[in-house]
Amino acid sequence: MKKPIRFFAVLTAMVLMGSVLTACSSGSPDTTEANQTTNNAENNSSTGEPVYGGEITVGIAQDLDSSLDPHQSVAAGTDEVMFNVFEGLVKPTPEGDIIPAVAESYEVDGTTYTFKLREGVKFHNGDTVTVDDIVYSISRCADTSEGTPRVPAFSAITSLKALDDKTVEIVLNAPNSEFLPYLTVAIIPADYADQATAPVGTGPFKYVSRSPQENFIIEKFDEYWGEPAYLDKITFKILDSAEAVVMSLRSGSVDFVSHLTASQVAELGGSYNILEGTMNLVQAVYLNNTYEPLQNELVRKALCHAVNIEEILLLTADGHGAPLGSSMYPSFKKFFNEDLVDYYDYNPEKAKELLKEAGYENGFDLAITVPSNYTPHVNTAEVVVEQFRAVGINAKVESVEWATWLSDVYQGRNYQSTISGFDASAMTGRAMLERWISTSSKNFIQFYNDEYDALFEESITTTDDDKLIEIYDRMQEILTENAACVYLQDLADLVAINPALDGYEFYPIYVMDLSGVHYVK
Amino acid sequence: MKYIFKKLVSLIIILFIVSLLAFLAFQVIPGDPTTKILGTEYTPERAHALREAMGLNRPVIVRYFEWLKNFLMGDFGTSYSYSLSVKEMLAGKLPITFVLTAISFTIITVISIPLGILLAKFEGTWLDRIFTTMNQTIMSIPPFFIGIVLSYIFSIVLKVFVHGDFVSYTVDPVKFVKYLFFPAISIAIPRIAMTVKLLRSSIIGEMDKDYVRTAFSRGNSRDSVLYRHVLKNSIVPVVTFLAVTIADIVAGSIIIEQVFGIPGLGRLLVSSIFNRDFPVVQAIVVILAILVVTVNTLADIINQYIDPRIKLR
Repeated sequence: MKKPIRFFAVLTAMVLMGSVLTACSSGSPDTTEANQTTNNAENNSSTGEPVYGGEITVGIAQDLDSSLDPHQSVAAGTDEVMFNVFEGLVKPTPEGDIIPAVAESYEVDGTTYTFKLREGVKFHNGDTVTVDDIVYSISRCADTSEGTPRVPAFSAITSLKALDDKTVEIVLNAPNSEFLPYLTVAIIPADYADQATAPVGTGPFKYVSRSPQENFIIEKFDEYWGEPAYLDKITFKILDSAEAVVMSLRSGSVDFVSHLTASQVAELGGSYNILEGTMNLVQAVYLNNTYEPLQNELVRKALCHAVNIEEILLLTADGHGAPLGSSMYPSFKKFFNEDLVDYYDYNPEKAKELLKEAGYENGFDLAITVPSNYTPHVNTAEVVVEQFRAVGINAKVESVEWATWLSDVYQGRNYQSTISGFDASAMTGRAMLERWISTSSKNFIQFYNDEYDALFEESITTTDDDKLIEIYDRMQEILTENAACVYLQDLADLVAINPALDGYEFYPIYVMDLSGVHYVK
Repeated sequence: MKYIFKKLVSLIIILFIVSLLAFLAFQVIPGDPTTKILGTEYTPERAHALREAMGLNRPVIVRYFEWLKNFLMGDFGTSYSYSLSVKEMLAGKLPITFVLTAISFTIITVISIPLGILLAKFEGTWLDRIFTTMNQTIMSIPPFFIGIVLSYIFSIVLKVFVHGDFVSYTVDPVKFVKYLFFPAISIAIPRIAMTVKLLRSSIIGEMDKDYVRTAFSRGNSRDSVLYRHVLKNSIVPVVTFLAVTIADIVAGSIIIEQVFGIPGLGRLLVSSIFNRDFPVVQAIVVILAILVVTVNTLADIINQYIDPRIKLR
């Protein structure tokens, strides 16, 4: 344990030194303000004609998962990149709709989903996609031999079969209006053994090579069924420190980096266009509801009143970011319950009163364990810790490396509180809310609420959209009213892009679609 | 011959201890290879099944000896975090770190030995005084800081090289070596200062000895005494120091690789520790141990060649 800590100290020192040095010359952050463009259509259309061809280098913060098999990936960072390589029967759009992809069309009749296979869709290995590949891919994700299936929503499937060589039928045990988005799961060739090291999909780009801790390369897939990608080749370069990201951008060795912090952007000067979207995740102080002081609802409410989200946004991101009040972010337009955002106002006096009422007038010890590789969470923790201290809680930040965080906090549930962010695997309200039901293996805050569980059961079989919205609203309310965690924000996603490039679009989920990115004349 | 045999035996013992310790260290730190692989998709059943499949449910000592047996037979295992053979992965990374070390070592020797001799020759003059003061300062600057300053000056201000634009030796060997120049300099600078200081004081120390007076009394010029007699004796501690330096450069490259974004051995080691990928860590640790023992042995042999009075035992 000693060694990594010391190593981190050195790294931190490096980063600090670097930012001091670079900050000296980059001038005021205002200069970048002038170059800032947002992701709206007017800006995109004003910048000249797209051209085909060319290659770019994209900086990513961490290496991809060990397995490149899309059904086994776990890191959001892997799925984000592999979005360019894989597709499902259907796929999401930047607007948040679901449109046919490998399937040409589909019909939903109560519990029966019928998909018509698109003619001549090719895998990257040259084979044509058949109904067998589709049945194979879906049943692989529905497999229950390891306990929960890879896609939990697939446990509702009672029958999956090919009706003829162009049609696949999926029958569910009950009607479910949120099932379709899960069929964005990747379609891969049946019984292909090397998926983990040489992935094959149907997306606009195909896998070329990877070099551990160095890069990951994809190329345009010429036989793509749909709108072809503009770029010929994309190299994802692994830049695993904040220092490396800024240096690489300033020296011009990368063309595109997303998930930048406001301070990194301020160091870039005017040589990049900055796009701003949202990260599409729920950042919160996740509380271990079984840790003694936190078992008391009053204490949890006190914590909610103690945080000043405005101040967090201001200090960590120059005011960028969207405050949240529950486990849903604004990109889920119809499900997002806005009323909960200011359910708990910033009120240190009230927080102190609540603590007193709960019998903790002298405060208590609270360690906030944060994964050190996620700079935004670490920065947030540093502000939150001061806000907690201001109401008399003896809070401290414990920075640990990712594997330790996974093992102790997430998997072992042996922690007091943590700051992290959770995204949605699919564009469904379920993807955000299922996590906190009592039986969920992902419920690491150990929030147990009978009404919540019952509502979730009800939601699965609800087909009426208005009714579903109502249920999800109530579920969000329960999380907020019980102060399950201290909800903070959906982080701003700042993207630096080479000014010669255009066409990048943000999605309401955590993906990086590079098929529309192109050089302009 | 007996000496070499002895060294080999001690190398084997060292490797055994080092690899066992590295293996045991992984039992102490939280998490195992399945932690990162399953990530937030963890369920106890999945973790158990995966551990079973990876053979992690067996006792540590059984696993260690199995690793040792395979290792001795030339099978380094498969990386948990990349599903690639460890041999293949290291084959790609080793040349990067070795070339970096070689460039850095060459710079150190080529600059510091003449400079050390020069300063000893001009002991007490203004030239000596300026350099000695500078030396003291430079010695205490850590390589990563020099790395950051150099990249700032040469990459961002002067645009001599493009920071982060590393290319593998398989793609463009010339560009590859060029890119490693600044990282190598960053490692070399403080080491040059140390070597110069050591050589200078070693020569000055020798100059006071009786045999030097005798050599002068035989009518030798200052230069001939220096090069023919003194240098041979004073270079012995420097050779030992340079051997340690090689090991140190490899260790220091772990940090420098981070600064310059070089995907070498150091970066792989760090990420493998984070991923609890012990087949990779074991292999790197063993390689580093072999390197340290080998360069030290070489230093002993060179010293014996320079000064036959030194007995190799």
